[in-house]
Amino acid sequence: MLVHSRGAKWAVWAVFFVLFLPLFALPLLVVLGASFATNWSSVLPSGLTAAHYDAATRGEALQALTTSLVTALAASLLALAVGTWAALAAHALPKPLRRVLDALFVLPVAVPSVVVGLAVLVAFSRPPLLLNGTRWIVILAHTVLVTAFAYQSVSAAVTRLDPAYEQAAASLGGRPAYVLWRIRLPLLLPSLTAAAGLCFALSMGELSATVMLYPPDWTPLPVLVYAATDRGALFAGSALAMVLMAATLTVLLVVSRIRTRASYR
Amino acid sequence: MTEVVRRVRVRCGLSRSSPRPWGVALPPVAFVALFILYPLALVLQQSCGYADVFTSEGFRHALWTTVWLALASTVGCLALGFALALVIAFVPFPGAKAVARFIDVYLSFPSFLITLALLFIYGTTGIVGSFQFLTTPWGVLLAEVTYFTPFVMRPLLAAFSQLDTAQLEAASSLGARAPRIVRRIVLPEALPALAAGGSLVLVLSLNEFGIVLFTGAKGVTTLPMLVYSKAILESDYPGACVVAVVNVLVSVGLYGLYRVVSRRAGA
Repeated sequence: MLVHSRGAKWAVWAVFFVLFLPLFALPLLVVLGASFATNWSSVLPSGLTAAHYDAATRGEALQALTTSLVTALAASLLALAVGTWAALAAHALPKPLRRVLDALFVLPVAVPSVVVGLAVLVAFSRPPLLLNGTRWIVILAHTVLVTAFAYQSVSAAVTRLDPAYEQAAASLGGRPAYVLWRIRLPLLLPSLTAAAGLCFALSMGELSATVMLYPPDWTPLPVLVYAATDRGALFAGSALAMVLMAATLTVLLVVSRIRTRASYR
Repeated sequence: MTEVVRRVRVRCGLSRSSPRPWGVALPPVAFVALFILYPLALVLQQSCGYADVFTSEGFRHALWTTVWLALASTVGCLALGFALALVIAFVPFPGAKAVARFIDVYLSFPSFLITLALLFIYGTTGIVGSFQFLTTPWGVLLAEVTYFTPFVMRPLLAAFSQLDTAQLEAASSLGARAPRIVRRIVLPEALPALAAGGSLVLVLSLNEFGIVLFTGAKGVTTLPMLVYSKAILESDYPGACVVAVVNVLVSVGLYGLYRVVSRRAGA
């Protein structure tokens, strides 16, 4: 469309791949290759082994994976509930108040996650709510961090919602709760699942707030990846990172399955 | 239809389905107040010894590093993301759809993955050899541009898919060359998406921690890194709170400034 001659097209594509492949594809391939290797000092990794994966799927690593999955699941469901509630409530508010709510829920995006971690640590290491040292502080911090993203994506979907459906339902005598449950939430389902997937992925990879406040018996997988690379075990760390990515992608795939089913109903 | 219903509702006093909209908004506001505002207020209250922190060389260095790294990676991501999205959308090649899908997947990976890969490529026992690239800010900049560019590309691709290609065909048939079409037609259409992507990248790179932590470089200290090292490694909570307050102010301030500037620019 933009470039017409064949030669110019090839030139543009060549530039594209010269930029794209080393920047975006290479990092993933490198980590994938390293996770199967014991040594990498020339162009290709050497000493191929599956031992890192063996270690990454048992004992401490397996427990960290479960921890990450449970944390991400709990945090994204909580964030989805709070974010959806807030987005629906904000939509009904007059414009100035809606702006205030928008700003409040964007705040955790603008505040560094490390600071969110520090703030949660400072606030909940003292009465009345003593959470420090428990798994709840990690789940709470993750929830706070991802709620902003849930709010934003649901909020965008709510404004796009055609009000004719709910008005028709209401004019037929549907009470607000019934209209919400049978009309608005089903119509929002595709964007709700998308938001859930986003929150889950963010929480799975969360490291900044987590390192500030994780208790020893609730160590998520990213912390373990960092611990491995920090002590120089880069190859074992790569295997852990691959397990983390595979777990995230599997859950995202399941979520997108639900999403297609929801949108074809 | 919608308009008629609305008018009837307003006239009959049925203007909204929920009688007290602010009452419904209360629980989520309480959540924000308890779990975000209250902790942040405590951080502000606990921060003391500003003079000590402000005069320390390490803090000033970290502040400067944070700001220029964030600005540089925003500019880099905007330029690279615009160029790549332009090719995917308007000079499509077989498999361009798959590349766009890959960009979406890329967003769900943790940021430290990039640094981990760079450690193999440029690290001490690396593929390219052991030159000290990764322990300099340039290594962090490369990692940030790599990781955040998809955040610019996604809104851009969404905006490009809504652009009427007839405009491009018309401009091209009138004799405009590609650079002119990009400048005069595509760029104005892309400004809102660029502003949205750019503000996200700016704030994310100001707050980025995983990438910097994984380089393990003593030479590159950003504000989030300083908060972490003061609080966890030195157990200096008042000092950490001071840096945290400054970090929040810088992030929120630059983010607000960017929003104002991009709105002025017509986005």
